[in-house]
Amino acid sequence: MNLQEAKFQYLLRLGDSNLIIGHRLSEWCGAGPILEEDIALINIALDFVGNATALLTYAAEVEGKGRTEDDLAFLRGEREFRNLLMTEQPNGDYAATIARQFLYDVYTFYLYEALKSSKDETIAALAVKSHKEITYHLRHTTEWMYRLGNGTEESHERMQTALNDLWMFTNEFFDMDEVDALLIKEGVAADLEKIRTQWETRVKEVIAEATLQIPTTNFKQKGSREGKHSEHLGFLLAEMQSVHRSFPGAQW
Amino acid sequence: MEDQKQIEAFEAKIASGVKIEPKDWMPEAYRKQLIRMMSQHAHSEIVGMLPEGNWITRAPSLRRKAILLAKVQDEAGHGLYLYSATETLGIDRTELLEQLHTGKAKYSSIFNYPTLTWADIGAIGWLVDGAAIMNQTALARGSYGPYSRAMVRICKEESFHNRQGYEIMMHLAQGTPEQKAMAQDALNRWWWPAIMMLGPSDDQSPNSDQLMRWKVKMESNDAIRQRFIDRTVPQADFIGLSLPDKDLKFDETTGHYTHGPINWDEFFEVIKGNGPCNAKRLKARSDADKKGRWVRDAALAYAEKKKLKAA
Repeated sequence: MNLQEAKFQYLLRLGDSNLIIGHRLSEWCGAGPILEEDIALINIALDFVGNATALLTYAAEVEGKGRTEDDLAFLRGEREFRNLLMTEQPNGDYAATIARQFLYDVYTFYLYEALKSSKDETIAALAVKSHKEITYHLRHTTEWMYRLGNGTEESHERMQTALNDLWMFTNEFFDMDEVDALLIKEGVAADLEKIRTQWETRVKEVIAEATLQIPTTNFKQKGSREGKHSEHLGFLLAEMQSVHRSFPGAQW
Repeated sequence: MEDQKQIEAFEAKIASGVKIEPKDWMPEAYRKQLIRMMSQHAHSEIVGMLPEGNWITRAPSLRRKAILLAKVQDEAGHGLYLYSATETLGIDRTELLEQLHTGKAKYSSIFNYPTLTWADIGAIGWLVDGAAIMNQTALARGSYGPYSRAMVRICKEESFHNRQGYEIMMHLAQGTPEQKAMAQDALNRWWWPAIMMLGPSDDQSPNSDQLMRWKVKMESNDAIRQRFIDRTVPQADFIGLSLPDKDLKFDETTGHYTHGPINWDEFFEVIKGNGPCNAKRLKARSDADKKGRWVRDAALAYAEKKKLKAA
């Protein structure tokens, strides 16, 4: 694997995760628990789609095969997507959506903070922009962790269940392979072991403040680095890509 | 009994172009009419998120997806803004939503039509937002301060929505034969509902002198409809799409387009609840409200706990 190939893979991982979690959030449109949350969820979804577009545009450029960001988003199949398994998990109830988002926000908060000093100038610039947005996202989800954890008996229970159900997808955040090894050596990527420590500290703090428990599950799911996903992704892509694929070569 | 002197002072204020503000005295009929209109408008914004939200997950390019998300976010923002403006008249959002969910309050008839293809997103922006702007620029000159200011702001965003819708249609019309057919089909389905959403014709909807004098209503439905048609017909011509009205023609003497008969039976059926999506839209709103109750309860409980802790 050369640097170019590694960079392409790395950008797909970042871009796809944002695209897929943005898609999930957009599924809430018009169904949020209160109008203010509808606005927040759509706004955050828009941030993710925007970041995904920038990352996939750069990925296509790095790949150098004349593909566009839309080719990458709409013409790859399930096995070619590199998004984290967490990001494709269904919305569930509001607790599940908030828990998924919170766990991912803490991760990207530290990841993009580290990427601000990437030696790849484009990645560094994108990280600066994204990190500002993620700071707001994380504030939003942290507040909801407190509200749902401390709110009522029902909300507490729902949030604990959500954390328990999603916990098995967190370990994959920190998976590293030869792509990471090569890019860390070149100063392009972030060392995910460092991110893990920061993530654990912050997540523990918030969970404690929300009077919730760190899940004790030993289950661990992984596979997205090799494009092995949960069954949910196929349906999501079928929906997302349906119009684009129905009109081959059309401009929109 | 409202004091005749108060009414005279109120009307004099409006006649001189001064806005009525929340704490000012106002006749009960004025307050009621504004609550009805403004909440109907707010409900239309949030129900309107549904047919458009229907296509966010399937938007055919990342750029279109981002634009549609931004647009729907704007609609939600308009809803919030308008509910807040309505609250200045002494009614709260919970009660207004209750009126929506029980069917007591109405929302724009147009959102009871389904969005069947991607081109419908173009048609909605172009035609529905286009028609709405015609109505709302008039309302921006209305007498109630919070509503007229809301309209000024909302119209600015709506004109973006209108342009992005037209741009979608333009791309489709210049695209492959299948894309052009999709655009024409959407136009065929949305044209008449868009014409009708501006309300019954003047002979069926007598504008009370009072509402005009109070600057609650600024223009007649037919006048607004005519402006919309005059503006839209050349736009359709420009992108090579045809309007589904064989009687549509330009009248040289008046300088306006004349159109064929409007199927008002359909309009009143939709208003009564028999449109293709009335039940679906109401259920979606009402389900969201029910499913969200535990979340709102938790937020309130947490706020209470925090307050107690701080005390």
